[in-house]
Amino acid sequence: MSDVFVVGIDMTKFQKAGTGPSVDLLGAQAALMALDDCGLKIQQMEALYCGNLGQANAMVGQRVLQQIGQTGIPVVNCANACATGATAFREAWMAIKAGAYDLVLAVGVEQMGAGLLGGGGGGKGIPKEGLLGSGTMPAVFAEAGMEHTRKYGTTFEQFAKVSVKNHHHSTMNPKSMYQIETPIETVMNAEMIAYPNTKLMCSVNVDGSAAAVLASEKKVRELGLMKRAVRVKASVLTSDPWQERDLVMPDVNTCTRLAAKKAYEMAGVGARDINLVELHDCFATAEILHYENLGLCGDGEAGKMIDTGEVALGGRVPVNVSGGLLSKGHPLGATGIANIYEVSTHLRGEAGKRQVPNARLGLTHVIGLGSACGIHILEKVSA
Amino acid sequence: MAESSASAKKPLPVVDFLKLPDSGDPYLEGHKCQACGAVFLGERAICSKCGARNQMKAVKLANTGTLYVYSIVHRSFPGIEVPYISAIVDLDGGGTVKGNLINIEPNPEKIRLGMPVEVVYKDALGRKDREGNSYTSYFFQPRR
Repeated sequence: MSDVFVVGIDMTKFQKAGTGPSVDLLGAQAALMALDDCGLKIQQMEALYCGNLGQANAMVGQRVLQQIGQTGIPVVNCANACATGATAFREAWMAIKAGAYDLVLAVGVEQMGAGLLGGGGGGKGIPKEGLLGSGTMPAVFAEAGMEHTRKYGTTFEQFAKVSVKNHHHSTMNPKSMYQIETPIETVMNAEMIAYPNTKLMCSVNVDGSAAAVLASEKKVRELGLMKRAVRVKASVLTSDPWQERDLVMPDVNTCTRLAAKKAYEMAGVGARDINLVELHDCFATAEILHYENLGLCGDGEAGKMIDTGEVALGGRVPVNVSGGLLSKGHPLGATGIANIYEVSTHLRGEAGKRQVPNARLGLTHVIGLGSACGIHILEKVSA
Repeated sequence: MAESSASAKKPLPVVDFLKLPDSGDPYLEGHKCQACGAVFLGERAICSKCGARNQMKAVKLANTGTLYVYSIVHRSFPGIEVPYISAIVDLDGGGTVKGNLINIEPNPEKIRLGMPVEVVYKDALGRKDREGNSYTSYFFQPRR
């Protein structure tokens, strides 16, 4: 089976929810940017995998082609909660792995509303929100974080430090929604949404899109694109194995651990070999959990990771140097490909002020609640 | 649309797994897989832990348990009174349930992870459905 490479990849600058163009135009922007990144044309693409959640029944992929070139290629529209973009990318990877195509386009795009996600009504009888606890995302991830507090004594301040770090990183990323330093006092004193998550510890709802052109090894060589190509060393998707508290407490840990184990095996590397990580910091509490889930440290050591700065730019394994979902923004269906864009940019040595020096191996991780976990390990190509 | 006849009716359970017997006290009902012991809330025929079919048996869940984790919710949807404590409770003998923790200050200094709690049954905060029916809900409170 051929190795699969990313040859073109880009993302739009993430913008305030509701201010972007229509979903097809937004997706078309990133698709064209990714094609331009490798100098290819839509006519050369053999298939399109398109990730979008909010309009999952509305043929978004086909509408993107109706904007940039209707060539008759197969289009598959993917929805997998916040793992949607990673799922579309993985389907493109798998199609090339299977030998069906040599050049495939993957697009992730989302237009977001403002405000709280989750917990909204539905069902028969009376509304359950605020009666049977909370189904809002900030509360659900607060509870997931409190499980870490229960086991290891992780503090509100440690969770808040995640937000300080990611906001700092975003000041060096022109494509981030925000580029604002947020000191620890600002984060901790921001409006409390669901303890221990304040407003600045919740991801930002934005409009955005990201796209990637994937190619087989044969095609990369034929087109002379190996110099800036990024090798996909592992692509893994898992769902949530049964856990005893599943029915009331979505489990983001087990599916991540399962995916990480498979990804390291597939790539033939260990967590220690990874130079940078873009992980699913949908809430500050979540990021802490994933240091351990991804094996970046041992169980119970995540608090120390954030305290010592090991996960900040300049540290042993910088996490979310893009600014993360907390500051760059989280357009659900685009996030999985935007993370791959960030890691690819570092592996190409093109990340400017936020460049992780000598980056050779990077990992991307997303979680779709309900649940899906997507992990990719990417490698710099030694030309 | 007889408001009077609706209000005369007895309250409905807020969820299917809350049982309100004609005689006897309210209780939460679990469904336990006889093959692997997994406990579920609500009726089902197949166990998603082990895949066994038609091995579910209804069991009465305990009214005591311990607080597993919580969040204090300060921002919710319009019309929903805040703050409130969203709590996940492990019931003694099996079963994990989510609900509001009441009769304790919504202050992290006052709430202890692992604290013993009990299940109490009361009116569902005055919420009624479109037909005007009242509902009984379950809540958690610190165990004395």
